[in-house]
Amino acid sequence: MSAAARTPRPVSIASFAQMQNVRKDDEHNEVEMLMPVIAEVFGNIGITKDDVDFICSGSTDYLIGGPFSFVMALDAVGVWPPRSESHVEMDGAWALYEAWVLLQEGEIDAALVYSFGRSSLGDLNEILSLQLDPYYLAPMWPDTVSLAALQARALIDAGKATEADFAAIAARSRKDALSNPKAQVANDIPAETLLEDEYVVSPLRRHALPPITDGAAAIVLAAGDKARQWSDKPVWITGFDHRIETHSLGARDLTSSPSTTRAAEVAGLADGPVDVAEIHAPYAHQEIIIREALGLDETVPINPSGGPLAANPLMSAGLIRIGEAAASIKSGKAKRAVAHATSGPCLQQNLVCVLEGE
Amino acid sequence: MPESEALHAEHHLEYPYSRSVGPVIGAFLTGLRDGKLFGVTGAGGTVIVPPTEYDPTTGDDTGEMVEVGPGGVVESWAWVSHPLRKHPLQTPFAWALIRLDGADTAMLHVVDAGGPDKLATGDRVTVKYRPASERIGAMADIEAFVPEGGAGA
Repeated sequence: MSAAARTPRPVSIASFAQMQNVRKDDEHNEVEMLMPVIAEVFGNIGITKDDVDFICSGSTDYLIGGPFSFVMALDAVGVWPPRSESHVEMDGAWALYEAWVLLQEGEIDAALVYSFGRSSLGDLNEILSLQLDPYYLAPMWPDTVSLAALQARALIDAGKATEADFAAIAARSRKDALSNPKAQVANDIPAETLLEDEYVVSPLRRHALPPITDGAAAIVLAAGDKARQWSDKPVWITGFDHRIETHSLGARDLTSSPSTTRAAEVAGLADGPVDVAEIHAPYAHQEIIIREALGLDETVPINPSGGPLAANPLMSAGLIRIGEAAASIKSGKAKRAVAHATSGPCLQQNLVCVLEGE
Repeated sequence: MPESEALHAEHHLEYPYSRSVGPVIGAFLTGLRDGKLFGVTGAGGTVIVPPTEYDPTTGDDTGEMVEVGPGGVVESWAWVSHPLRKHPLQTPFAWALIRLDGADTAMLHVVDAGGPDKLATGDRVTVKYRPASERIGAMADIEAFVPEGGAGA
């Protein structure tokens, strides 16, 4: 159970880029969405595709409505001559994890990770039902908002939060988003006003839900000499882990996140203080659960970027948390940061990435 | 900027798989068809409902099927004022995690309670099956759960 039992090979977040997050982008296909993001993530550090040894992407065919859509997306990078490439049907944060594991082997020194998704193409409530247990859950089409609402009610019943807490998190997130030019929903509306919203699914009101977002993001990872060549002050990944809980919703305590806690232990989060946390909590109440699971006290700022309540591009929102956390260190606002990503209903699977500057 | 509006077209994607459900899920679904609810014994003698071939917490093989319900307790619920087109009920209802009598885990289903002011965590509900002639061995064989002692009680 010792935290950070492994000493991983140092790998840096060498570059990060994300698309302007929007409610609906129907002027570009996925390749066209990704091309400027890939150009930016390479351009930031003056490299080309020939400087990376591996490419890994995260996306889901269920959004675009066609099989193997990630293969077509590779055209945004341009993979001739052929490249070593992989894909996960998951948020790009898990694609980043795969690339990080490969970099641990020491045979390559740089990787490109990207993710993309247009949430606007279909009905997310129906699409996300299809990730559930196909015998006991999916046939009833329980929508993602309703499942989150069950979790929010459990949190209220347990005395761990109130609806006013949800509104306060939403208000703070969207106010912080005013300083994030890539955010989709940014405003300054007091929590008391938000509490006048109608319920979407009680006990969740409109403000406690994430926006529906089309977006894309990319990160370049570098190790060895390349990490130093591409940055004067590299931002290092010092701990990285992900864990999953059962898909039997009714067998979980929805008010806690043991998978997050375990991932944080293995990532060595408690080895030092953190100055900022980027938490992938799409629903306002989930921030409370993850903050507790990570053991963060009230002094740690959460999601200065606005977080997923300000922009929730499916398949990219987790990867963006890692990019934003790295950006906080790069800008000097933080020395050590933690980024979190989630997948599945009600925070079923969780990833924790600890980052440090020099 | 585009010179004209983007063209839009409907696109239907389906994965029309048929699945074999195996000895445990199969027994549960067959039970529904016959108007009975079953769980399965897991690690430490717990009873898991709906049953799985492995204990969701430990991953160990599960044991014997045991009958549970037909009543249970609402552990959490979410009120849907505007049902979506594929929801099991097309009138306002609650999704609920229901721990059936004799079970240690909760099952997701719908509660036809009449209104959000008529349901609370901890309330007792009981199963309401579809008529036997309509049951096929699926979650939809349960029309809904209803408050014990009558809807809207």
